[in-house]
Amino acid sequence: MSSFLVILVIIIYLAVVFYVAFWAEKNSKSKWVNNPYVYTLSLAVYCTAWTYYGSVGLAATSGLKFLTIYLGPVIIIPAWILLMRKILRISKANKISSLADFISLRYGNNRFLGALVTVICVLAIVPYISLQLKAISETFNVITKHNIIANTVINDTTFYIAILLAIFAAFFGTQHTDASERHKGIITAVALESLIKLVFFLVIGVYVTFYLFNGPSDIYKQASILPNFNLQQSINGLEGGFNWFFLSMLSMIAIMLLPRQFQVTVVENDREKYLKKVIWMFPLYLLLFNIFVLFIAWGGNIIFQHQNVDADLFTLMLPLVNGHEILALIVFLGGFSAAISMVVISTLALSTMLSNNLIIPYGFLNKYSKSESSENTESIKNIRRVAIFSLIILAYFFYRIFTLNRSLVSIGLISFVIIAQLAPSFFGGLFWRRASSRGAKYGIIVGFIVTFYTLIVPFTIDSQMLSTSFVIEGLFGTGFLKPYELFGLQLFEPVPHAFFWSMFFNILVYAIVSVSIVGNYRERNFAEMFVDSTKYAELHEGAYVWKGEAYVSDIKEVLIRFLGEKRTERALNLFYMKNGISDTSIYADARLVNFSEKLLTGSIGSASSRILIASVVKEEEISLPEVLSILDETQKTKESNKELKERDKQKDEFLDTVAHELKTPITSIRALSEILLDDEEIESNTKKQFLSSILSESERVSRLINNILDLEKLATGKEKLDLKENSIKNTIEKSIDVVYQIAANKGVTLSFDEATAAKLLYDEDRIQQVIINLLSNAIKFSAENKGEVFIKTSFNKNRLKISVEDNGKGIEPNDLVSIFNKFYQSKNQTILKPVGSGLGLAISKQIIESHKGEIWAENNENGGARVTFTLPYKKQ
Amino acid sequence: MKKLLIVDDEPNIVMSLEYTFKKEDFNVFIARDGAEAIEIVNNDNPDIIILDIMMPNVDGFQVLKYLKENKELKNIKVIFLSAKNKTSDIELGLKLGADKYMSKPFSVKKLVNEVKELLK
Repeated sequence: MSSFLVILVIIIYLAVVFYVAFWAEKNSKSKWVNNPYVYTLSLAVYCTAWTYYGSVGLAATSGLKFLTIYLGPVIIIPAWILLMRKILRISKANKISSLADFISLRYGNNRFLGALVTVICVLAIVPYISLQLKAISETFNVITKHNIIANTVINDTTFYIAILLAIFAAFFGTQHTDASERHKGIITAVALESLIKLVFFLVIGVYVTFYLFNGPSDIYKQASILPNFNLQQSINGLEGGFNWFFLSMLSMIAIMLLPRQFQVTVVENDREKYLKKVIWMFPLYLLLFNIFVLFIAWGGNIIFQHQNVDADLFTLMLPLVNGHEILALIVFLGGFSAAISMVVISTLALSTMLSNNLIIPYGFLNKYSKSESSENTESIKNIRRVAIFSLIILAYFFYRIFTLNRSLVSIGLISFVIIAQLAPSFFGGLFWRRASSRGAKYGIIVGFIVTFYTLIVPFTIDSQMLSTSFVIEGLFGTGFLKPYELFGLQLFEPVPHAFFWSMFFNILVYAIVSVSIVGNYRERNFAEMFVDSTKYAELHEGAYVWKGEAYVSDIKEVLIRFLGEKRTERALNLFYMKNGISDTSIYADARLVNFSEKLLTGSIGSASSRILIASVVKEEEISLPEVLSILDETQKTKESNKELKERDKQKDEFLDTVAHELKTPITSIRALSEILLDDEEIESNTKKQFLSSILSESERVSRLINNILDLEKLATGKEKLDLKENSIKNTIEKSIDVVYQIAANKGVTLSFDEATAAKLLYDEDRIQQVIINLLSNAIKFSAENKGEVFIKTSFNKNRLKISVEDNGKGIEPNDLVSIFNKFYQSKNQTILKPVGSGLGLAISKQIIESHKGEIWAENNENGGARVTFTLPYKKQ
Repeated sequence: MKKLLIVDDEPNIVMSLEYTFKKEDFNVFIARDGAEAIEIVNNDNPDIIILDIMMPNVDGFQVLKYLKENKELKNIKVIFLSAKNKTSDIELGLKLGADKYMSKPFSVKKLVNEVKELLK
């Protein structure tokens, strides 16, 4: 195929990707941009050109081993629902913009640690990026000339592609100064590319399996007679099993800690609930991607068994040699899209780390604290842009200078092992309070040195074909220092071997140093917040532990330098409002200090923002018990605030109901008096009827008002009970006298067993009020002419029990408790009108409780309602 | 003679309305709750309804919905007369298709004018 045509296709393809990114950035609120599917697909940036070509290569040469890279993620991802949720919450609460920021913050905004993580990531990822460029370059050459020939820089298409990618990443990656903001353009473009590479890979898989061969069983039949076939399709016994195990562990770490994965999973996450979809969709994506790998590999092995074809290029060569150039172009585009999304996301993530965790904290802080805000934000963006270009160009020349003739997988795995050095500090920091910054630093450094010795050095020697006896005989010819068999460990292949030893020393140093040297109070503060994230993450600035002296004006000045006057003003006002702090205070409290630190974190990284803020505040040391007690207190305040809000809401509802209850009688009064006033010919009978209605409605109003006041007095204890020795029998009889007529009118019989003649201490008027209320309720809910109401009294230990029952319909089981609430009826049946004021039982309850008694409702054996109350009784 | 239906469960309010509209030469029907109102609507086909919202069993909103779902009934004029006077209630009432929403306490004269206006 002519290279002109291929370049044209590449340009069209890139134009589409740029356009999608541009569109998504413009329509960043669209549901096409914000959904769990785009999020899941963006995670598939995990599948690079290495997956696209390398998996097949590895499957063709070493069989099943290629699966380990995908098994790790599939095993760990279900745990994300807890693990990743924790990481997401911490990151969002603290405006984390990169892996380096996350680790540096956990260990007390440690500047050195952030820089160290950055350096480790750059060392691991730049070769990995060059690998992608190499894949683009090689496949381009294969598809245009059918062989791999190196070009000079000037006529190397890859160089120009690299430059275009740098422009893309720099343009869409630096739209905001705050790096913790989402990059919706880039993410949407990457999601699209993930879809493209999957579909294209499936196409080629179907082509090989069903077009070149007659289905899976045909390929299997032909492949199984090839030499070494059986050996390749096993995991090589126990020894191979260990290798499998450690490689799976390695990829488990990689799916979380590779800078590009942290970028798409954590920094670009919009909603926590997307995780629910990710935990099954992403494994499904990986499954689809791997379905045809073996068949393509076997197919390649069969067709090319007598030719010397690089197994990594099987995917591309199979359609090419069969004359299907369009299909080959599709394969090329799929691999191309896999490569460029990895390059773009990786450089984006690395450039944020470089600017926020290395360049700004170590070089530009002084300058920034003196310049104007507009200069500063431009300068921060420029640092990131320069970083993106430098990284890509560096990666390009890395690939030009070193002959990267090893398989795609091996370089990728070295990157994994280097990144894995961050795992102990990262995961340890999430779950182990005692983990300290020194432990993390030393652990990472020691782990890296071990990796360097056991993997990077021998690999470089091998791949550059340097002549030295180091690999075979060990350092100074010492047998147990052989890099691939350190301390005589011969069980593993080089990568699992390096992984094992580096992790071993890394974790050992990390643990021992953390246990023996206590971290400072800042670390312990963040440790508490990271480990107990569910408890504290939502407290935000409230949970911040800080003691010292600071002026608001000083802090404001720092903020203005980075955010500008307007944004600072807006952010502070919001903060004051949210926390209910007066904006006139001169001294800054802990919350403001923390809030300001966080505000800056997205722009310049956590370590830098800490240094800047610390430069204007005078901080005092704080002890661990103090840390804990402050954290606990903020928690409690938060809870009591919630309670207050709930009570406020209840009060509002109460007032609403009272207003409504008062309106009804007033409506009648108003209408009737208006008629009386205007209508001069009204008959005297009607007039009388209207006036008496006005009278009774007025009484209704005053009754309601009295009830409310009553309740209020009782509830607040403003009214003292008039406690005297009274006969309960007398009180009950008096109450019956009051309601007797009402009962008689309705044909309801009242019966009272007169057994008790006990004398008790109580406020007679109040108890009478309760009994009358219970009796009227009972009469009201009894059937006309058939109703029977009983009053019973009995002694029970030191209590006198008085109950009122009827033979009505009883009370709904759900309402047995709530009927004692104010206006319960009307609240429960929002639309339907209550009968009575809705306050009677609430008042009764209040009265009984102020007598230290109890009141409750139940349904009796016949289905009628029974309300019982008790009064304490002391024997003389 | 125009037929007018009063739907309210407060006897004194009903009494005042009944008196007023009889004097204005309306044929007045009375319902004590929503269910009764629906029965009367089907039997007597009134021209206009003065409808309370908070009533036992079937409430005013439900009555209005019932009217709007029936071809023959949906053109009956409806005035809500309710103590609920939150903006959200009023909006809901008008959205459901009421011709007018008056809150309690109300002026009798105004109500009479509104009714006449609607029946023009």
